[in-house]
Amino acid sequence: MKMKTLAQDNLHHRRRQAVSRLAYLLCALSAVIAMVPLILILAYVVFKGIGALNIDFLTRLPAPVGETGGGMGNAIIGSLMLIGIAAAFGLPLGVLAGVFLAEYRSPRLSWVVRLLSDILSGVPSIIVGVFVYTVLVLTMKRFSALAGGVALAVLMLPTVARTTEEMLRMVPDALREASLALGIPRWRTIVSIVIKTAGGGILTGIMLALARIAGETAPLLFTALSSRTWPRGLDQPVASLPVQIYTYAISPYKDWHQQAWAGSLVLVLMVLILSVGSKLYFGRKIKPAR
Amino acid sequence: MAGSITTNNLSASFGDIRAVEGISIEIPANKVTALIGPSGCGKSTFLRCLNRMHELVPGAHASGEVIWDGKNIYAPEMDATAVRRGIGMVFQKPNPFPLMSVADNVSAGLRLAGVRKNKAAMEEIIERSLRMAALWDEVKNKLGKPGGSLSGGQQQRLCIARALAVEPDVILMDEPCSALDPASTQKIEDTIEELKSDYTIVIVTHNMQQAARVSDFTGFLLTRESGEPGRLVEHGTTSKIFTMPDRKETENYITGRFG
Ligand SMILES: Nc1ncnc2c1ncn2[C@@H]1O[C@H](COP(=O)(O)OP(=O)(O)OP(=O)(O)O)[C@@H](O)[C@H]1O
Ligand SMILES: [Mg+2]
Repeated sequence: MKMKTLAQDNLHHRRRQAVSRLAYLLCALSAVIAMVPLILILAYVVFKGIGALNIDFLTRLPAPVGETGGGMGNAIIGSLMLIGIAAAFGLPLGVLAGVFLAEYRSPRLSWVVRLLSDILSGVPSIIVGVFVYTVLVLTMKRFSALAGGVALAVLMLPTVARTTEEMLRMVPDALREASLALGIPRWRTIVSIVIKTAGGGILTGIMLALARIAGETAPLLFTALSSRTWPRGLDQPVASLPVQIYTYAISPYKDWHQQAWAGSLVLVLMVLILSVGSKLYFGRKIKPAR
Repeated sequence: MAGSITTNNLSASFGDIRAVEGISIEIPANKVTALIGPSGCGKSTFLRCLNRMHELVPGAHASGEVIWDGKNIYAPEMDATAVRRGIGMVFQKPNPFPLMSVADNVSAGLRLAGVRKNKAAMEEIIERSLRMAALWDEVKNKLGKPGGSLSGGQQQRLCIARALAVEPDVILMDEPCSALDPASTQKIEDTIEELKSDYTIVIVTHNMQQAARVSDFTGFLLTRESGEPGRLVEHGTTSKIFTMPDRKETENYITGRFG
């Protein structure tokens, strides 16, 4: 009798172990499968793009049609410029909106802001492009870096606002109370205690949002357009990597195709540096002791 | 000489729920007043009304008067931030700013409230506050380490030092030792004894012996029936409350017959 139950227990135990191992294997397998497209894309872009990637490509203007050589220097600078403009508009607004949502608990207004931001994050980027086209391009009567940057800013707004909100919510109320109980004013508590504590997470979110908009193409077609010269000002059309890649990729020229691949590689590297770099840097960053 | 606090008919609620009602008590200057009572009777709620922390809870509301230093802290012209600077608080769970260094934790209340001090003066305040909280010897070589790296007992004494650094008038302590071991508890009780000469102290505690050891006056709060708000049953000198209370309920609670 005793022996039997022991044997049965043993059997149950083994079955449980087997099920658990199977579940683990399935999860691991799914995780690996999910990674496959990413790795394939990366490998393929490197494979196709590395050949045309050189100093000239990074620093030169595009060569006139029919001539070989030249590069995407203007598109790289242009992309950085557009990201900069987007950040200048999108970050303060997005972070402040997030702070408002998390810290000033005004139920009705928060509900509206949250709804709007959810809707905005679901709007296809091409629609945002069309919107900025009507509002800025038509009124200014020209395509411009400014319009492109604003379109990208609109696209990053919801991400920045919601990540900021979530990160701030993760800061325990005990810290807010500790600060307020010391007679530290509310705004100072938010800036120096809450935002500082959540800082790493917010910055990671910002970097990811920037990485996300770095590759946007559709809205730029209506706003920043493209250019074959170096950027000439905020109110002028400007080249950008995604648009340049698009233009070159659909062209009939072989060497333009190659340059499109090299451009893709640069863009992917930019995005990787932004996202992985921020994770590594801010992930383990603790405010250094003074 | 620190200030005294007198409450008149103080009531507090969370939304529609009354937590405490009609509390009138005198908290004498430079004495330790203990608040005791069973769990849920509103000790924390009452304490948080004394420095306007209660109103930070969404939907929370307080009515009645809290006279501190001759002024009602709930008067419209009173600024909650200024009240909290004068009436400091130590919470049940140690809550140092985890990423800030030990030294910065102590000076945070001054720095972030915009008080400018030169480095030497600030260092002196930091040392004095840590000494008063009986923590200096343990942390003097790790002032640059993050506050979160100290032990629980040290963190709580850091919170006391942090509250002392802004030189408040009154210090409210909500079960400051409940998360601590006997040795740390002993240190904090010694600290309270020392602080009495400069501060008015109100301490909430579940520990009868602690109340008897550290306090000069004791107030007993009770919820008579569930759903009812907590009320002050009686208050007086600690020796009287613990030896010959006027009310049967107090005696029952103190002798451990309920609560
Ligand atoms: N944030 C809150 N929202 C709603 N009700 C609350 C809140 N905090 C406390 N209460 C209620 O108020 C009453 C008093 O709570 P309080 O925390 O003041 O009791 P306490 O005497 O400090 O108890 P304990 O000894 O367990 O700490 C309780 O009935 C509690 O349920
Ligand atoms: Mg309590």
